[in-house]
Formats: sequence, C-alpha cells, structure tokens
Amino acid sequence: MCTTSKDYTGAIEHLFMFLDAPELQNEAEDVNCWWEIKDTSCSSSRYRISSLRQYSQSSVLPLPMTRNPYTMPTISAFCTEDNVSECISYINQEVSSLGFPLLCTESNNGPELNLVAVLNNVYNLLQLHRRCLQTVEEIEVEQVKSNSNMDYLQLSNTRLKDQLELSKRENTGLLERERQLQLKVKSLHNCLKNEKEEVQKLQSIIASRATQYNHDMKRKEREFGKLKERLNQLLIDKKDKKQTFEVLNYVGRSDGKRSLWKTGKTEARHEGEMYKTLLNDYDSRHKDLLMENAELKKVLQQMKRDMVTILRPRKPSQSGEKHDDSLEQTSSEEDEVCDSSRESLELSCEHAREQLTNSIRQQWRRLKSHVERLDSQASLVGERANMNAIPKEVHEEEMDRLKLEIQQYKDFIHTQQQLLQQLNSPCDDETASLLNDCYMQEEKERLKEDWKSFEEKRKNFEAERKNFTEAAIRLSHERKAFEEDRATWLKHQFLNLTPFGDQMKPQMSKSQSALSGCAESEVRPMSTPAKLNKSLSHTAFSTSRASPAKTPSTADLYRTHCLIPEKSPSTIHPKQDSSILRNGDVPAQLRHVNGGANCRAYTFTGDRNGSI
Amino acid sequence: MNFSEVFKQSNQLCRVSPDGKYLATCVQYRLVVRDVNTLQILHLYTCLDQIVHMEWSSDSLFILCAMYKRGLVQVWSLEQPDWYCKIDEGSIGLVSSRWSPDGRHILNTTEFHLRVTVWSLCTKAVSYIKYPKACQKGIDFSRDGCYMALAERRDCRDYVSVFVCDDWHLLRHFETETQDLAGVEWSPNGCVLAVWDSCLEYKVLLYSLDGRLLSTFSAYEWSLGIKSLAWSPSSQFLAIGSYDGKVRILNHITWKKVTEFDHPASINNTKAVVYKEVERKPVVGSADLFIQQRITMGSTLFNTQSKYEICPLPVQVPVVKPDLDRANPKVGVSSMAFSSDNRYLATKNDNMACVVWVWDMQRLGLLAVLEQTSAVRCFQWDPRRPRLALCTGNAKLYLWSPAGCVSVQVPAEGGFQVQSVTWHCSGDSLILLGKEQLCLVSHPCR
Repeated sequence: MCTTSKDYTGAIEHLFMFLDAPELQNEAEDVNCWWEIKDTSCSSSRYRISSLRQYSQSSVLPLPMTRNPYTMPTISAFCTEDNVSECISYINQEVSSLGFPLLCTESNNGPELNLVAVLNNVYNLLQLHRRCLQTVEEIEVEQVKSNSNMDYLQLSNTRLKDQLELSKRENTGLLERERQLQLKVKSLHNCLKNEKEEVQKLQSIIASRATQYNHDMKRKEREFGKLKERLNQLLIDKKDKKQTFEVLNYVGRSDGKRSLWKTGKTEARHEGEMYKTLLNDYDSRHKDLLMENAELKKVLQQMKRDMVTILRPRKPSQSGEKHDDSLEQTSSEEDEVCDSSRESLELSCEHAREQLTNSIRQQWRRLKSHVERLDSQASLVGERANMNAIPKEVHEEEMDRLKLEIQQYKDFIHTQQQLLQQLNSPCDDETASLLNDCYMQEEKERLKEDWKSFEEKRKNFEAERKNFTEAAIRLSHERKAFEEDRATWLKHQFLNLTPFGDQMKPQMSKSQSALSGCAESEVRPMSTPAKLNKSLSHTAFSTSRASPAKTPSTADLYRTHCLIPEKSPSTIHPKQDSSILRNGDVPAQLRHVNGGANCRAYTFTGDRNGSI
Repeated sequence: MNFSEVFKQSNQLCRVSPDGKYLATCVQYRLVVRDVNTLQILHLYTCLDQIVHMEWSSDSLFILCAMYKRGLVQVWSLEQPDWYCKIDEGSIGLVSSRWSPDGRHILNTTEFHLRVTVWSLCTKAVSYIKYPKACQKGIDFSRDGCYMALAERRDCRDYVSVFVCDDWHLLRHFETETQDLAGVEWSPNGCVLAVWDSCLEYKVLLYSLDGRLLSTFSAYEWSLGIKSLAWSPSSQFLAIGSYDGKVRILNHITWKKVTEFDHPASINNTKAVVYKEVERKPVVGSADLFIQQRITMGSTLFNTQSKYEICPLPVQVPVVKPDLDRANPKVGVSSMAFSSDNRYLATKNDNMACVVWVWDMQRLGLLAVLEQTSAVRCFQWDPRRPRLALCTGNAKLYLWSPAGCVSVQVPAEGGFQVQSVTWHCSGDSLILLGKEQLCLVSHPCR
C-alpha cells in the first residue's frame, strides 16, 4: 500500500479512515482542513508527517485502549527503551512467521527498521484486526440473532405444545361425545326399530280389527236383516193391530186418467219413456255443444284471420329472401286452407276440423316465432344501443345545457307571467296594489342586493387603497432613506474632492450596507448624468433630482409591484390604455386622462394620500 | 216491506201450498189453512194427536199430517173439508211419511226401515218396498215427478232402485260401488242420479237414468268425506261440500272437477266483498229518547239494532275449533244452495258458523262474505230472483242481493226469534218461523 515516502500522507490518511470513532474522525477532518491550509502555505512533508505521527500516536493509541483495554497494557510493557532492538527482532520474527514482509532490512550496521514495511504491516495488521472485529461483531450479532431466534422457537414450541395439549384434550372430548352420540344413535335405532315393530303390530291389529269389524258388521247386518225379516213376518202374521186405511171415498188421479193394468206393454212404455227423456237430454246437450262448437270455431276463424292480417304486412319488411319465400309459400297454403276451412265450416267434418286446427296451429307457431324473433331483435337492438351509448360526459354536458335552457325558459316564462300579471292587474285595485307591493318588495330586494354588492366592491377598494397607501408609505420611507443616502453620497462626493477621502470611506460602506443591493445598483448610474434620463423613465422613484419626495401614482405602484408590464408612459398606446381601462384600473385611467402629466398625477394622488 | 201479525205454530210446521195460494200451519193437533194474501183462516182441521209432520200434495188439494209416535197419518182435502183419510201403520211404527209426486200416493217408511208402504188414495192398492236403506237421503223423486230413486241395502251391499212413480213399476235396479251409501239425488233434469258414500269415504257416483255408471269422483282418501251435495238448477254443476271445508264443483259433460272453493279463515280475495254485521246498542240514559223509541219501535226496544259494514281486506273470519273426538264434528260444508238463475252459490262451513259465503258461478270465484254476529241457522234463495234470505236465531231478517246487504228488524211483540225462513214460490213474500210463532213478510225490500 505504501511504497514511497510521498505516499505517507495518503497512507496515513487511509489509516485514519479506519479509525471509526466519531470524535476521532472529526479531529481527522480538522486535521485535513488544517492540512489543506498548510498545503497551500507549503510546508515540508517531513514536518507534516512527524506532526502527524505525533498526532496519531497521541490520538490513535488511546483508541485501542478504549476499545480493547486488555490487549493494550501488554504493549506498553512489551517494549522499553532498553529492548527496542530485541523487540524489533522479535516482532520481525513474529511478523515473518505470520507471513508478513520483514520489518528490518539487513544493512551493514545491523538491522535497520524499514518504515515502509512497518507501516504496511501495521496497516495489514490493523486491517486484519478490523476484519476480525467485524467478524466478531457479525458473529455476535449472529449469536444474538440466533439467541433470540432460539428464544422465539422455544416460546413457539411451548405454545405449540400447549396447543397440542389442548387439541388432544378436545379430541378426547369429541371422541367421548362421538361415542355418546353413537350410543344414542344406537339406542334411537333400537327405539325406531321398536317403534316400527309397534307400528307394524298396530297396523296388523288395525287391519285385523278392521276385518273383524267388517265381519262383525256384516254378521250384525245379516242378523239385523234376519230380525227385520222376522219382525216383518210377525207383524204381518199378527192380527191384533194391523195396518188400517180409512178413506171416505177414493179420489181420482191427478191427471184425470184411470190407472192401467200392469202388463208387458206398460213396461215397454216405461222403458220407451225413459229412453225418450234420456234422448231428449242428450239432444239438448248435443245442441248446446254444437252451438258452443260453432262459437268456438267462429272465434278460431277470426283469430286466424287476424293472425294472417297481422303477419302479412310484416312480410316485405322481413330481411332475408329465404324468409320471404317460406312466408309466401305458407301464406298461400294458408289461404287455401283458410278458404277450404271456411267452406267446410258448416260441414264440421273430421277433415275440415283437422285442417282448421292445423292451420291455426301453424299460424300460431309462425306468430310465436315471429314474436320471438321480434323479441330477440329488440333485445339485440337494445344491446347495440347500449354498446353505442353516448359517453357519459357528453350526456352530462347535454343535460347541463338542457337544464340551463330550461332554467332560461323558466325565467322567460316567469317574466312573461309577471308582465301578464302587470297587464292584467289594473282590473283589480287591491290585487294591483298587492302586486305593486310585491314588485316594490322585489325591487327593494334587488336594490338591496345591488347595494350589498356595491358595499362589497367598496370594501375591496378600501382594502386595495389601504394596501397602496401602506406601500406608498413604505416607499416614502425608502425614498427618505435614499434621499439621505444621496445626501451623504453627495457629501462624500463633495468630500472626495477634499483630502479627507480615505477617512470617509468606511462610513460610506456602512451606509451602503444599510441599503439593499438594488439600491446600490441604483446608486451607481446616478453618477452619470447621461444615464439619469433613462433611469427616470424606467424606475418609479428615480424621478428628477430636483423633484421633491412624493408619493407615487398607483400605476407606478402597479409597475413596481410587477402588476402591469413595465413600459414607458410615453409609449403606451391608446388601445392598451383601453385594455387597462377595461380591467377596471381606475387610477391608471386617471393618470392617462391627465395626458401623461406625471407631476400632476403625483400631486393629485399625493393629495389624496395625504387626506387619508 | 210489510210484516204481518204473528201467528202461532208448533214444530216449525208451516207450509205454503205449491200453487202459492194457501198457507198451512199446525198448532199442536190443529191444522190451519189460511189465504196467503188475506191471511184469513179458510179451513181448520183437527188431528188425533200433535202433528209432527205436515206436507202439501203437489196439486195443493190435500194436506198430509203425520203423527209418528202413534204411527198415524191423516190426510185432509181442501176441496172437500169433510173428506178424510186416516192411515194407521199399526204396531210396525212410522218414522217418515211423504207424498208421491202425483199427490195421490203416500209413502210411509216403517220403523227400523223394514219397508216402505205406498198407499194409494185412488185405489185400495197398497204396495210394499222392502229393504229401504236408513240413510241421509234414501228416497228422491225426480223433479218432473216421473221417477223415484230408492237406496236399498241387501246382504251388506248397496243397491239403487228406480221406480216409475206412475204405477210404481221398478224400472232399474242396480248395485252401487259404495261402502255405505249415504244418499241419492236426481239432477234437476232427471237424467242423472248422484249417489254418494257415507262420510267415511269421499266418493260420488253418477248414474244415468238407465242405470249406467257415468262417472266416479273422489277428491281424497283416508279422511272424512262428503257432507253435502247440491245440483245447480240447470243440472250443469254438481257442488260437493266436504268435511275438509271445501266445495268442489263438477261439470256435467266430463264430470270432472271444474273448480274448488275453499273457505279460508283469512279472506284476502280482492274481488270479494265482506259484509260484517255490526250491532248498535240503543242509547240508554236520555229518557225522552227512551220513551220515543218505546213508542215508535215497540217491542224492538230491547233488541239491538244492527247494520252491515263493508270490511277492508284482509278479513279474519271467526273460526270455531271443533271437538274432533265427538261424533258429527262441526266442520265442513254442511249446506249449499244455488240461486234460481244458476248465477250464485251460497255455502256455509260449519266451523265458521257465523259466515255465509256467496260464490259467483260465472267467474267461479268468491263474490261476497256475510259475517253475522251469531251462528247462521238457515238460508234460502228467492225462487225467482238472485236474492238470499238468512236468519241467525234473533229478531232480524237478513237479505243479500248482488246490490248489497240489508238487515231488517222484525217488529213483532215478545221477542220473535227467527229460526228459519221460507220463500213464497212467487218470491213476493217470506215466511219467518220463530220458536212458536210465524210471521209473513210481504214485498221484502220494496
């Protein structure tokens, strides 16, 4: 690393870099500063090195002391004045054994300490030491990390153990519960089985009872029947209380006829009558059904016709020739069928009915498909519409515009209504007065609002004026100072001509420092009278020397505050004037009305300021 | 609306003659025949005992009075007041007596339903029909009076015999597919005979006049079945009321169910109008008003006034939970009646005893609900107009028509409680029967 004595300084610097104690580094920096200064003042390198060495010995050595206090005392005991050479040889030996270059070079008058080698070795050793320290530190950190890791792992281990314990317990609990539930299920199963058996038993009992009951019923009924029979017989046989029928005289039949003998003929007649009534009933029912059928057929026909008329106009609008063809075909078929069915409506034979129903079905199918197609089209169109939807912003814009328009129209209507009312009002005095009152009120309101706005404007103006006056005051102060400066400067100039110039100089600089830089720059051109005019036109307060201190005009103030572009009043065009006017620049207007007569404007504004 | 004076009657025996001219009432053992219009007594007959049953012959010429306990039937003639006829069934007993449709024969059912005796007033002939079944409605005559259907039980099987009423000729005799036949009923046109099973099984069998089985209908099994049955006057519909609180309507072409009318406890059918009877107690306290009322209203003073209010839907109908352990539980549709024009059907569900339901048969939906303050005793349609009269055992008569509902106080003395109502065949007057009294209402709602 260190090869020549010229590199010493660099090497030492490098060495310093390794010393990482902050206070030391600071010192090193100081040293560096000092070094640089000294560099320019160019002192001998030797001196510097020695001083450095001194410094380093006084500053570097305490560092290891603080860092590793165990190693340093040995060093202090190791080498004394007496055993330097032995120490050197020992160290040399040690160093060589460690594989470092030798510290001594054999010369004719014994071993001589090679400073470069020593330094290199020291550097190497230090680096080694540093590296060792670093590794130690790293290892320590690693250790700490691993320790904490270990702690964490132990902690987690215990936690997991706890969890395991808990889950084990839970598991056993659940197992127990499961066992219990299984037991329960088993018992319930048993119960169910029992119940089922019971149910079966009961069902069988019920069935047997039912059969028994039926049997009994039948038996009893039979017995009852027998008893009835017997009773009947007994009653018939018994003579004591027989049925009696007393009647004064027999009456004629209700129909006035005489009753007929029962013969085969009468039976046949009865049958015939019965069938006649039945037939009549069926006839009437048949008639009803026929009528109903006819009605329904009529309805069907009408429906069909309607369908045809509905479907026909759609035909040309259908896109696709295939559809057209099929439609035409079917429609022609339909027409045929329709005609034929119309003819055969009265016949109401099987064939015609089938045709009619078939045609209706066909029509219906077509109508359905048509409607479905329309539906799908509608949905498609809807989707397309959704796809091509106008962006929202446009919509909103349009909406806003329309709203505005509506508002406008509303206003229009309102005013029109008002006018109308005003026109109509004379007919009724009271309402007219009321309306007038209303209008007065409205007018008042409006005036109030106007007044308010005026007030606000006035306030704004006041605020502005205040600002301006403040600025003017400031400027006047500055002007005063400037004037003073100028006076002193003039005095100085005057005095410069006198032999006391040198004595006055420091005073002058003092006054200069009191002013800002711009003032200083301003001062300089003042010396040249040629530039004076120019400066007059440029700056606001660089008026003619003769003019007294005045408050500036607002326009000038504006200009100084960079509110309006800096232009010479003479070059301002009327057009630009007007633009300024339009901006509501009242003071500017004032000034220009005055035809650029600065002095008058100044006086005017000055007066105003004074008054305020 | 004119109320007649109140007459006495017993056993609710009060009948208007089929021609509408006479009014026969029974008071104990006396039979009183009055003119319907003048209410003057035309005839007075005295029977041998207290009359239990009384019936006009179809030609309004004879009146039958039956005294079941004595097994006696007495027949009186209007044309010949001194003509008499007495039938004594003797020791065999008597449980039911009725006229045949021609008004010349009397059918007596003996005790234990041993037989039906047919007595002829024209000839001395007596016919016996054996094995009649004791059931809800074992005998039914067709509307035209030509045929009689009789339920029979032989050898634990049900049979139906169809007789020609003219000469009691047995036209058809067939076995029915019923477990325990409960009733037979002819369709109004006399061509179809509806036969239904007892309440243990829901089964309706429809037979043609010639004994062919036309159709069988069963709505459900394993539950109490049919409770009532009604033909529409046009024979187009057969309404079957059952213990599940529903009415099923069959059509006359396919004999399939057209619709089903439920009787829900909560009515939220927006097409139905719910009329609720609201009672207004007379204001007691102001003496003047009291006296005034006494003067104007007479005996109705102590009766509460009532009126109908239309209830906003949904309406909760009071439901009585029946005691299912006892016989004949109060559930199910017990009475149904079609209006004379076939337009409306009135029904009553027994566990909603205060409510009468009126159904529109054109729309096949609920039309009106009449919620009364007390249980409905009886309702009957006007034979001419779509007008329903009902009573609830208090002193009021209620009338419903498609136009609305009205409650009328009966201005009779001594707490007249209307037990049943009967329309005169012209529809111009109503007979109100109390416990021991009767009252004729002419020109109701006019």
